[in-house]
Amino acid sequence: MKPPSFGYHRPQTVAEALSVLARYGPDAKVLAGGQSLIPLLNMRLAAPKVLVDINRLGAELDRLDEDEQAVRVGALVRHARLARRTPSTSTTGTSMADAAEASIPPLLAEATRYVAHPTIRNRGTTVGSLVHADPAAELPAVLLLCGGSVELASVHGTRTVPAEQFFVGPLQSALAPGELAVAATFPRPPARSGSAFREVSRRAGDYALVGVALQVALDGDGQVASARAAYLSVGPTPVLVDLTDAVHGSTVDWEDAGRLAQSQVEPDDDIHASAAYRRHLVGVLTRRAGEVALARAREASGDA
Amino acid sequence: MTPEPDTRLVGATAVTPGDSGTADRGTVPAAGDLFDITLRVNRVPYTVRVPARRLLSDCLRHDLKLTGTHVGCEHGVCGACTVLLDGEPVRSCLLLAVTVDGQSVTTMEGCRGPDGGLGPVQRAFMECHGLQCGFCTPGFVTTVTAFLAENPDPTEEQAREAIGGNLCRCTGYQNIVKSVLRAAELIRAADGGAGHLREPGSTNGNGPVTVDGEA
Ligand SMILES: Cc1cc2nc3c(=O)[nH]c(=O)nc-3n(C[C@H](O)[C@H](O)[C@H](O)COP(=O)(O)OP(=O)(O)OC[C@H]3O[C@@H](n4cnc5c(N)ncnc54)[C@H](O)[C@@H]3O)c2cc1C
Ligand code: FES
Ligand code: FES
Repeated sequence: MKPPSFGYHRPQTVAEALSVLARYGPDAKVLAGGQSLIPLLNMRLAAPKVLVDINRLGAELDRLDEDEQAVRVGALVRHARLARRTPSTSTTGTSMADAAEASIPPLLAEATRYVAHPTIRNRGTTVGSLVHADPAAELPAVLLLCGGSVELASVHGTRTVPAEQFFVGPLQSALAPGELAVAATFPRPPARSGSAFREVSRRAGDYALVGVALQVALDGDGQVASARAAYLSVGPTPVLVDLTDAVHGSTVDWEDAGRLAQSQVEPDDDIHASAAYRRHLVGVLTRRAGEVALARAREASGDA
Repeated sequence: MTPEPDTRLVGATAVTPGDSGTADRGTVPAAGDLFDITLRVNRVPYTVRVPARRLLSDCLRHDLKLTGTHVGCEHGVCGACTVLLDGEPVRSCLLLAVTVDGQSVTTMEGCRGPDGGLGPVQRAFMECHGLQCGFCTPGFVTTVTAFLAENPDPTEEQAREAIGGNLCRCTGYQNIVKSVLRAAELIRAADGGAGHLREPGSTNGNGPVTVDGEA
């Protein structure tokens, strides 16, 4: 079907966008990549009175800012830009841009390559994906695992909401009417750590039946100091599980970690998969991601 | 080259149906307002008047009468409507025409060769029986065109991955995979490689076109 009618505004500055959002409050929706919003309009599942198209705000919002602690992803950075980076970048000559983008946290780049198909990734945005807060989406789990946050701006100022408060329910984030999400910040992983993202979906590019973002940190002796994982598609929001108790010390048993995770999630049945199958996948994916993350952590500690 | 758009044009030229007057700059257009936008499609500049709710796919098909772009699902799943926006594949059913005001679009019609005949990707699909009913073909041809411009010598696995977002109900995909690999051969064999595929199509005698789309 076709979208219903709406008033359309295409601001030239963030300030202008905020004033329009303030004027229309709950009647306005932000249009970023449109890869979730336009399907909803086409299916007539959403009918906002006003769309505020932020695609002309590239100068302010199509930005990656980074330092040693974190990378800040602006609201117009499209998935494709992050997905293009391979986790271990080659040593062949890198341009300035390459070098800059190579330092995106590997987990963020890896997870982004599981988001939809390349064609969708050419338009969809990282921040839009966070705001959309689909329980089957990859990036909310990554933000939660790495302790990141989202910056929300309005005419009244800017607030920074940590990931654990940002994902409120299925398709529900902490974004209030009148607010624009301007960026998300993904902290870098600690030293001597490794991470991995794994998911199972019907076809490459489909939403995940279950997915996991997992991070392992080693202590000075090369033993597992901590292991944490964020699961998607097993609840209304991503679920964070501390696996350290199961894999602490020298005898690491990812089967054990899988069982621990299974005891902490409460997946639902839906048309895509049964709750029992999802719970099974939680175990399998914990093992798969855990083994890879541990190997990467050892590599990062020079202890392969 | 993408013409540098006056990005305030839309706000400035918002008109209500039956009224060609300009709305105040900075006022928010109301539902039903029409917008004059400029699109460069297959190298031809068009000015077209559309409502904000017009999807790029419908703008191409209904307003510009370029029916080579097909529409299957209208929610981003089938890939039939894929076009190249400034050279990158996108779903035209998931874009508002007003959003891409001032940008360049390449459709199936623009994937022909420099001489106006079949382009290398089209030829490969014909040679390898990469199509049966042909409904999905425009989406594959545009997707593959962009893919090969970036990766001129793909493995079979990469070729499969590249078309993973496009559905075909007829062929069973085997011959489409062959077509991708064959197209790569044809492009590599041709002089100049894939460079001309970035914005293909004929430039001869194409003046600007103005179209008045229905609301
Ligand atoms: C076929 C298909 C498959 C897909 N598969 C996956 C998948 O496997 N995993 C996945 O995670 N996603 C998937 N997606 C969705 C895709 O990742 C979207 O890009 C993403 O969910 C939303 O980003 P967007 O920029 O397109 O947002 P939009 O569609 O523009 O917006 C989505 C919502 O967020 C709001 N919003 C967006 N940006 C802002 C902002 N800056 N400030 C305030 N509000 C904002 C909008 O108002 C809207 O409510 C898929 C989409 C399609 C069509
Ligand atoms: S019609 Fe656009 S993806 Fe199916
Ligand atoms: S040839 Fe018929 S859908 Fe692909």
